[in-house]
Amino acid sequence: MGLLEKHGVIERNASFLLIGSLLVVSIGGIVEIAPLFYLENTIEKVEGMRPYTPLELAGRDIYIREGCYTCHSQMIRPFRDEVERFGQYSLAAESMYDHPFQWGSKRTGPDLARVGDRYSNAWHVQHLKDPRSVVPESVMPSYGFLAEATLETDLTSNSLRANAMVGVPYSEEMIDNALADLMAQADPELDSSGLLSRYDNVRIEDYDGNSRELTEMDALIAYLQMLGTLVDFSTYEPEANYR
Amino acid sequence: MEYEAFRQFADSWGLLYLVIVFLGVIVMVFLPGAKEKAQNAANIPLRDDTPLDGGPE
Amino acid sequence: MRNIGGTLVVGLGTFIAVLLAAFAQDNAFRLHMSVVALVLGLATIYMLRQIKFGPAPVEDKSGYMDGPIRVGSILTMFWGIIGFTVGVLIASQMAWPQLNLEPFLTFGRVRPLHTSAVVFAFGGTALITTSMYVVQRTSRARLFGGNLAWFVMWGYQLFIVMAATGYLLGITQSREYAEPEWYVDIWLTIVWVAYLVLFMGTLMKRKEPHIYVANWFYLAFIVTIAMLHIVNNLAMPVSFLGSKSYSLFAGVQDALTQWWYGHNAVGFFLTAGFLGMMYYFLPKQAERPVYSYRLSIIHFWALIFLYIWAGPHHLLYTALPDWAQTLGMVFSIMLWMPSWGGMINGLMTLSGAWDKMRSDPIIRMMVISVAFYGMSTFEGPVMAIKAVNGLSHYTDWTIGHVHSGALGWVGMISFGALYFMVPRLWNRSGLYSQRMVNWHFWLATLGIVIYASVMWVSGITQGLMWREYDAQGFLVYSFAETVAAMKPYYIIRVLGGSLYLIGGLIMAYNLTMTILGHRRDERPIPGNVAANVQPAE
Repeated sequence: MGLLEKHGVIERNASFLLIGSLLVVSIGGIVEIAPLFYLENTIEKVEGMRPYTPLELAGRDIYIREGCYTCHSQMIRPFRDEVERFGQYSLAAESMYDHPFQWGSKRTGPDLARVGDRYSNAWHVQHLKDPRSVVPESVMPSYGFLAEATLETDLTSNSLRANAMVGVPYSEEMIDNALADLMAQADPELDSSGLLSRYDNVRIEDYDGNSRELTEMDALIAYLQMLGTLVDFSTYEPEANYR
Repeated sequence: MEYEAFRQFADSWGLLYLVIVFLGVIVMVFLPGAKEKAQNAANIPLRDDTPLDGGPE
Repeated sequence: MRNIGGTLVVGLGTFIAVLLAAFAQDNAFRLHMSVVALVLGLATIYMLRQIKFGPAPVEDKSGYMDGPIRVGSILTMFWGIIGFTVGVLIASQMAWPQLNLEPFLTFGRVRPLHTSAVVFAFGGTALITTSMYVVQRTSRARLFGGNLAWFVMWGYQLFIVMAATGYLLGITQSREYAEPEWYVDIWLTIVWVAYLVLFMGTLMKRKEPHIYVANWFYLAFIVTIAMLHIVNNLAMPVSFLGSKSYSLFAGVQDALTQWWYGHNAVGFFLTAGFLGMMYYFLPKQAERPVYSYRLSIIHFWALIFLYIWAGPHHLLYTALPDWAQTLGMVFSIMLWMPSWGGMINGLMTLSGAWDKMRSDPIIRMMVISVAFYGMSTFEGPVMAIKAVNGLSHYTDWTIGHVHSGALGWVGMISFGALYFMVPRLWNRSGLYSQRMVNWHFWLATLGIVIYASVMWVSGITQGLMWREYDAQGFLVYSFAETVAAMKPYYIIRVLGGSLYLIGGLIMAYNLTMTILGHRRDERPIPGNVAANVQPAE
């Protein structure tokens, strides 16, 4: 009857019940999540991943703000049909600088993990302004207002700094030059040598085709055109990274 | 490998421990004598309709 | 109410919100804080008008504290209607995309509004309200802490208003079911700790020696949600006067943290909390004790232990390491057992009184709720099997599954609890109308069946179309074609959701009339004795 008495204590003592439940519910999280942080093979070794440029990061913030993740995934699973439709299956390494991740949970629209370089900037502008003019079956909302909205840039270097504080390897130089780099990526007329020296593999274009001002459309398309293009798969060895 | 050791412990002794705890809860719940207490507890909601018997906050 | 201290606090809150709006570093934060200042300002004016000077009447503090519960019941009803309406709106947007009104009412911004309105506004307010009702009555003690209960109730409402207005302004962390930004999260943490203190404090001063099992489930819900909320929302703000923050974790770790949270928001918010509701209100309405109290204890420990592991089933076949995926799948399948233990316990409570199913529409509502609990906790483990998940993930099947749980289990048990509580809280001899409960029951049930089955069909169709190959080995369908194929299903879904919404409106009317003290002149349901809520003892 000793055991019974003990459970009687739990049943009668609210603090024991509280601590008992907390102990029980902590176990799962500790055993499952904690190892992901110190197991070295959680994230594959790849070539080419770099922190997002300030313009791409600003675009990513807009992607998050508009809730694109509610309809688009960024996680290609290793199935034949997905790989044929969307490209090489996604690696953990490809979202290593994603605070937060954007894998999504629903595909009302197609996966966007490798949408970069697939369509022209003009296509993206047209598609975002009026999705059904290029994809008649689409149920996507139109986002024409992005082309009119001037990009807020007051907090650009703060954004990089916040990312650096949670572990993205932005250097002091990148943070200090964030605003200049952001401007340079959307305007081919500007001097881009600084941007190119700090970030590899960057597209420098007037993304929204409107050279008069820097809009949210510029930033969003810069982000989309980068998606899935960073990792160099010619040097990637899947067997070495089997988990 | 720290993780391997942890893993081995978890899927041997850890598993055994949890199974024993689980069986323990079942045994305890079905011990003779537990039934009466349980019936008493189960009736708590059915006895509460009378208003509180006063007393300070 | 002549609460001078409370009025001062709300007034001070208004002032702080005005300051934050004035010094905001980004537009979204400025707008958001202006909204908060407006809401708090109106609350201050209202509270000021309630203050009367002169000798205060003596407030009776000997009985149960039911004021916040009355307010909570009305708010639960209100948020339910809002949540269902927004649901019908976004369902319609998927069928007719012209209904997206940029920039504020696009699907991407309104969808979090729908999920939060239903889960946190409707469900959360229902949980807080019923837990206050249940803990007092099963502990035979008044709520702990004086006005603490009022703070919890209204503080939580402020959280909801901040979250909802934030989504429309585009303020989001993009973490599903945890979208509110860092400052809103901090506010919720404060409210939640107060809630824990309120609940624990009431348990501590109880006169009943045993803690009734419903309170165990409520307590596990409160404490686990606190843990999940804090860990999942760890983030670095860009500016302490700005709306934006970046998650502390990245990529794969962030994904697992989020789905550990996301799945247990289902497990502890939408399951454990509502099981607390079931273990109290079902026996009360049936007027018999729960079938097996000992089974309920096993149910409790097994459920809270197993649930917490199941999160990775949201990430099967992703870049999450295989060992974590396997763990998630195995625990999800094991979870079937305690879930069905709970379902059987709920249903068998009626053994020997099955005739009430015919005569008492509230019992019927609670029973169908438990049946839907059983159904969705069977479907869940099936969908967590990797082979099945390969087909179902990313499709509408998931949406259908969630709704059979949310509309069926969570919604119906909450309606049952409201129908039970409202006449008692306002001292009415019974509901305005039992027949309207019956209408609500059938409209809601039909709505759920339509919704869940149509999403099941559309999800499987979608999954199969995506992977269909022709004889030459080419993909048969373009993605756009699979989108077009969904249109009829999306239209039928709007119908299902609308029926559920109409049921909710009937409930709101019925309960409002009950509160106002009316009684509908109607033919009684044969055999219905529960119509009169105060049985002679």
